[in-house]
Amino acid sequence: MRQMSSLTTTPEHVDSSEPAPWFGEEVQRLLPKLLATAVRLTRNSTEAEDLVADTLVKAWGRLDTLRDRAALHGWLSRILTNTFVSGRRSGSSRTERSFDELAEDEEGKSFSLFERLHQPFLLWQANPEQQFLDRLLREDLVRAIDALPDVYRVVVLLVDVQGFAYQEVADSLSIPIGTVRSRLARGRSLLQEALWKHAVDAGLEPGSDARSSR
Amino acid sequence: MSVSGADETVLTCEQAIRLLAAYLDLELDPSSRGDVERHLSICRSCYSRHEFEKRLKAQLAQLDEEQVSPGFQERIHGLVARFSAARTAHDTD
Repeated sequence: MRQMSSLTTTPEHVDSSEPAPWFGEEVQRLLPKLLATAVRLTRNSTEAEDLVADTLVKAWGRLDTLRDRAALHGWLSRILTNTFVSGRRSGSSRTERSFDELAEDEEGKSFSLFERLHQPFLLWQANPEQQFLDRLLREDLVRAIDALPDVYRVVVLLVDVQGFAYQEVADSLSIPIGTVRSRLARGRSLLQEALWKHAVDAGLEPGSDARSSR
Repeated sequence: MSVSGADETVLTCEQAIRLLAAYLDLELDPSSRGDVERHLSICRSCYSRHEFEKRLKAQLAQLDEEQVSPGFQERIHGLVARFSAARTAHDTD
């Protein structure tokens, strides 16, 4: 799913003849998506609901600047993400690393689940990497995403979960597109490593005796 | 090193893998996209990697919605109702 040109719609005046009815209806329709982003960002259902509510209050205050109703999801997602990021940035104490500084620090070898699982000599006899995905549960993915540092979790959520384009994410977070790419690469690497480690800890990696018990 | 010939670039596996994420994210220009697709059509290993990463990405995309509790639904309904009431009050002033 791609949402081109929706996350960074330049505000312009919209037909505000009857904003409340359609806004209310659209909000109810988008609520599961907004809540999904908020829950994964905050990792706390109560904070997530407050984040969504704060987002809607802010959005209502600037609704007459929304150009296109079809862009509402992207527009709301931008406000929601920025509210979360602003809260994290302002919450960093002088002794704590800032939201953005942490990303610059992170180094490490890139991890690939495919390289860990793939066995080319098996050819058509087995496909351990696809078998791994067959056994992957929603809770496994949620756990891996929640384990990501904020700075990487935001971009993985916006690109991989919500389907926004790199430029949209860059504009939304006020960072260069190259930074989006690098944070996305690092975030995906960490996510795949987390999936692998959980599988190993649970004895679920291909070839383990516990494979059939799940 | 890639090989160019007849206006088509032949990628190495290393190059194709480096471009794979952007390819799956629909972020490559048409020319690079074509280069990747040509490589995937002739390289089983890279094609397998492509299928794996594509499927993992699709599974992540399924997390795009969260169940909304009746209580939260009610909270948001009330919030929007207050927006509307405030706007009506403003419009009639």
